[in-house]
Amino acid sequence: MHKINVNVFIDRENSSKIISLDVDTTVKALLNKAGINPVTVIVSRNNELILEDEKLRDKDEIRILSVISGG
Amino acid sequence: MEINTDKMGCCAEKPVIRIYSGEKLCKNHFNEYFENKVFRTIRQFDLLDKEENIGVALSGGKDSLTVLSILNRLSKQNPKIKLIAIAIDEGIAGYRDKTLVVAKEFCDKNKIELHIFSYKEEFGLTLDEMLRILNVKPCTICGIFRRYLLNKKSRELKLTKLATGHNLDDECQSIMMNQMRNDLMASARLGPKVGLISNKLFVQRVKPLYLCTEKEVTTYAFLNGLLDDFNECPNAVHSFRAQVRDTLNELENEFPGTKYSIVNSFLQTLPFLKEKFKDGEIKICKSCGEPAANEICNACVYIEKLKNKVAPQL
Repeated sequence: MHKINVNVFIDRENSSKIISLDVDTTVKALLNKAGINPVTVIVSRNNELILEDEKLRDKDEIRILSVISGG
Repeated sequence: MEINTDKMGCCAEKPVIRIYSGEKLCKNHFNEYFENKVFRTIRQFDLLDKEENIGVALSGGKDSLTVLSILNRLSKQNPKIKLIAIAIDEGIAGYRDKTLVVAKEFCDKNKIELHIFSYKEEFGLTLDEMLRILNVKPCTICGIFRRYLLNKKSRELKLTKLATGHNLDDECQSIMMNQMRNDLMASARLGPKVGLISNKLFVQRVKPLYLCTEKEVTTYAFLNGLLDDFNECPNAVHSFRAQVRDTLNELENEFPGTKYSIVNSFLQTLPFLKEKFKDGEIKICKSCGEPAANEICNACVYIEKLKNKVAPQL
């Protein structure tokens, strides 16, 4: 099965890593794999917001931004 | 809560968010939906009069920047609505110093008058220093001093309203926390217009983002250049509120609309709660002259405790 590589940045952890995923993996599946509740984040690809049903593509630059802030 | 469905469903632009009703909205339609919701909240709950001298409690985070940005536009369209920003520097190293830089930059860029008041100057100690002296929950003591300063300084600046960035998630958490603490009186003080009793010593606090979820606010902030790097108060991470927030978000993921339902049903009971607790008495603190629930206000109680703990070390 083909794989795609996406660079995923998680702002809450201030960490970035390249993840290998199956072709047609959705944003929702990525969040599920990372153990992140979709209610608590917004996700951007190349600085544009994308929805949970969006399919990821090879070499995507994904940013997972927490909606939780403040104190 | 209605949703403005004008122009929806016929847009060829790429969607940026799915709102709770299931609709997918592009950037322009989401901005329109969000701003309409804020203005409708202001009208529905009578948050602002035709003439106001509004202060926005500004932390530099996405919520307060969003309120300030939208009210600033309103102020520019209406010369009878005057606007300034107030920031409180609690003295939380590595957190507030960063968000205050963002707050200052935004106000400079948008020519908004900004007043900054610090715990260090007003009370003699930063929050970090207070927490080294007293064994108390950080959010409790911080909240008491912050509300105290915001109200006192708003009154001194002759503000008619103080707008805060509280959103639907914040309100939902407060409702559930008060339920779990069996504190209905605290719930009676909630709502888009804060408080139980009007008194000239209190500046009315209002919450224009009351019906906007945290995800919607973050989306709006992202799309409009108001979202800075992630920054969470180090004291808030293990708080009761954080636990309630996480539980509510798990429920929201499983049962979409949970948070709206909690706040909507709360809004139906709020008039009864406000009626039930409306006869409470406002006292004047014997120590500082600020409004208080008891003879001495909570801020002065903690200041005294801090003095007593610090004095033996001097």
